[in-house]
Amino acid sequence: MKKYDVVTTISYPKKGAMGKTGNWRVFRPILDKDKCVKCLRCWIFCPEATITRHKDDSVDIDYVYCKGCGICADVCKVKAIILEREGKKK
Amino acid sequence: MTEVMIDTGNYIAAKAAVMCKPDVVAAYPITPQTTLVEGIAKYLATGEYKGEYICVESEHSAMAACIGASATGVRTFTGTSSHGLLLMHEMLHWAALARLPVIMCNINRVVGPGWNIWADENDSISQRDTGWIQFYCSSNQEIFDTIIQSFKLGEHEKISLPVMISYNAFILSHTSMPVFVPNQKDVDAFLPNRAPKWKLDPDNPITFGNIILPAEYEKVRLDMQKSHEYAKKLILEISKEWKQRFGRYHGDLLEFYKCDGADYILLSMGAIGAESKAAIDNLRKEGLKFGLARVRCFRPFPKEEILKLSKKADLIVIDRNISPGMEGALFTEVKASLYDNTDAKVCGFIAGLGGKDVPFGDIEKMCKKVINGKARHIEWFGLEGV
Amino acid sequence: MAIKDLPIEECYIPGSAACPGCPATMALRIVYKALGKNTVKIVPACCTAVIESLHPYTSFDIPTMNIAFEAAAAGASGVEAGFRMQGKTDITVVAWAGDGGTYDIGIQALSGALERNTNFIYICYNNEIYSNTGIQRSGATPYGAWTTTTVSGKTEFRKEMGEIIQAHHIPYAAQACIAYPEDLFKKLQKAKIIHGPRYIEIMAPCPPGWRFPMEKTVEMGTMAVETGAWALYEVENDKVTFNGRSKLIMEGKVERKPIEDWIKYQGRFRHLFKPKKDIKRIKAIEDHIDQMWERYRKCYL
Repeated sequence: MKKYDVVTTISYPKKGAMGKTGNWRVFRPILDKDKCVKCLRCWIFCPEATITRHKDDSVDIDYVYCKGCGICADVCKVKAIILEREGKKK
Repeated sequence: MTEVMIDTGNYIAAKAAVMCKPDVVAAYPITPQTTLVEGIAKYLATGEYKGEYICVESEHSAMAACIGASATGVRTFTGTSSHGLLLMHEMLHWAALARLPVIMCNINRVVGPGWNIWADENDSISQRDTGWIQFYCSSNQEIFDTIIQSFKLGEHEKISLPVMISYNAFILSHTSMPVFVPNQKDVDAFLPNRAPKWKLDPDNPITFGNIILPAEYEKVRLDMQKSHEYAKKLILEISKEWKQRFGRYHGDLLEFYKCDGADYILLSMGAIGAESKAAIDNLRKEGLKFGLARVRCFRPFPKEEILKLSKKADLIVIDRNISPGMEGALFTEVKASLYDNTDAKVCGFIAGLGGKDVPFGDIEKMCKKVINGKARHIEWFGLEGV
Repeated sequence: MAIKDLPIEECYIPGSAACPGCPATMALRIVYKALGKNTVKIVPACCTAVIESLHPYTSFDIPTMNIAFEAAAAGASGVEAGFRMQGKTDITVVAWAGDGGTYDIGIQALSGALERNTNFIYICYNNEIYSNTGIQRSGATPYGAWTTTTVSGKTEFRKEMGEIIQAHHIPYAAQACIAYPEDLFKKLQKAKIIHGPRYIEIMAPCPPGWRFPMEKTVEMGTMAVETGAWALYEVENDKVTFNGRSKLIMEGKVERKPIEDWIKYQGRFRHLFKPKKDIKRIKAIEDHIDQMWERYRKCYL
């Protein structure tokens, strides 16, 4: 990445440009990999790109940035993702 | 080889712009700018202009397109006038804050209503605070030379700001004068290729212009101010270089005319500036010690030089503009430049609004009124008193 | 095409300023996947200007230039010309604007750029309001919808932007929806290789703007299409083709669902249901959609 020597609003790409947005979360998506059928609906509909797609089409959730909107759980047709309130005592 | 071209200010401006080889011109027609962009369209048709000419659907889009093109790193040029300039207002700020050196001619024309296409500087004066460097020309030769100089100035690595070259409607835009046109090779030698300070580039995915917090924004403004301050030095250097290369000189920030030993120095801009020279000659013949300091560059404003003038003479300012509720803009700026540092008296006249002619005889009358001690602090020539 | 055929590569970087459940970032991810990294984007004032995040950082891995509200298409004309003059004709130039910047304040510049044959893709993500400024009415807001400037419901119907675009007879135009990513991806892929002005509008249901729970963004998009409030179609050199569910509705193979199925889940229409059902206004919305489909069938079937 080349930095430009000019004083105006030039911004550079950064993960977490607004900080660790996982802190925004009220509900935490929990993925049950046994139930997952690798349909990738959660991956493609995640507005935050925080569902990580692996080569075998299995997925993981990036909790550092996941804002907890719950779309992944809503679009999952096999209920492999459920939402749990953050900080809930186990 | 230098050629002499006899043509109107607008066609001369088109010639100068094309000789600077802009990659993109985006423009929208407005009287009295039309012949400028028609000139460029003609050069496009003949192949003398090899860039892109975007015929946009408004002046706002003209400036937006110039900004977009400039952001890819290329050289851009446009021209407008009056209402067109006012419609651009938002984008003028945008170009300057983006530090994109768009070069533009503005043909000073009355702002309506009522519709009036003659000379008046209120259009560009009301763009004073957009961050653009502003020149006011007094002859077609000066238009030609200043356009080429402006590309070098605006694109300079320490400036990177847009430049507006203003000249009066019809008095210059539609009046033919002989102009020396240097050959292309010499212009190329004077004007280096643009080296952009930043650009849109898929290999370097920056975001330009996103949300910026107060402390950082203030730094952007400070840097702009520093560039304007630096421009004062650079304009001197560029004018000097131009003189060395092409043998012509129209002044730098100011053009001084018979200021040596003057008791009174007249300050004016644009075509009135040129007309003032004739007035000064006549007054000098009568033994009245008048000189002229024509303000060529309004932004950055030559306040240090004006302060120096005030140490040896009283000042008279003629404004072809009015800031309603205050006074002429140049008058305000001149006084602000002197504040607390001089005993010079300053008188201001408003003249030539709405395109009213300001012949040298009238300028002489204004000057004499000041000598006679009859001039008020500010007055409207021809309407009040004189 | 299935979801798994969409590329893994992302140019939207997690941790942005977007609201949870944002349809704009959902759409942007697809746009980036379809157009690839050799793309430059021009963004007028709209939610995306915030989503980018705070200077000196950005959440986009695609060069992005912000420009004034009404200037996206004109700015893109300049960007395109600038690249072309440098021989960089392989770069995809995209204007990415909201419905306010497209239907209202930016329509002049957009129309101009289409008429001038600017070689770019104009994408409007339509959330039917000025959401960035706090949910004010736009030319895309549907009849009856509450906004902060139509407190008891909008009294006018929305513009039909698709038809305005068609009047420019550009080589490619399409309507898509965030709930149908494969359809959107295909349309973008198609648009990418066409020369000249291309227009794609993406229905983008906005949770805070429409007053629905943030996990329902996709469902709201699906229902917009299934009720016929929004149609998926593409126009290639004046030939109109309806896609997916909208094709079935067009051909009469499925009935469009009643509009109530969509609007009753949106807080912006709550006043049409509570304290008592406003049958007249609900019918007006329904009739308007019927008229739209009648017109579609008459023109394009």
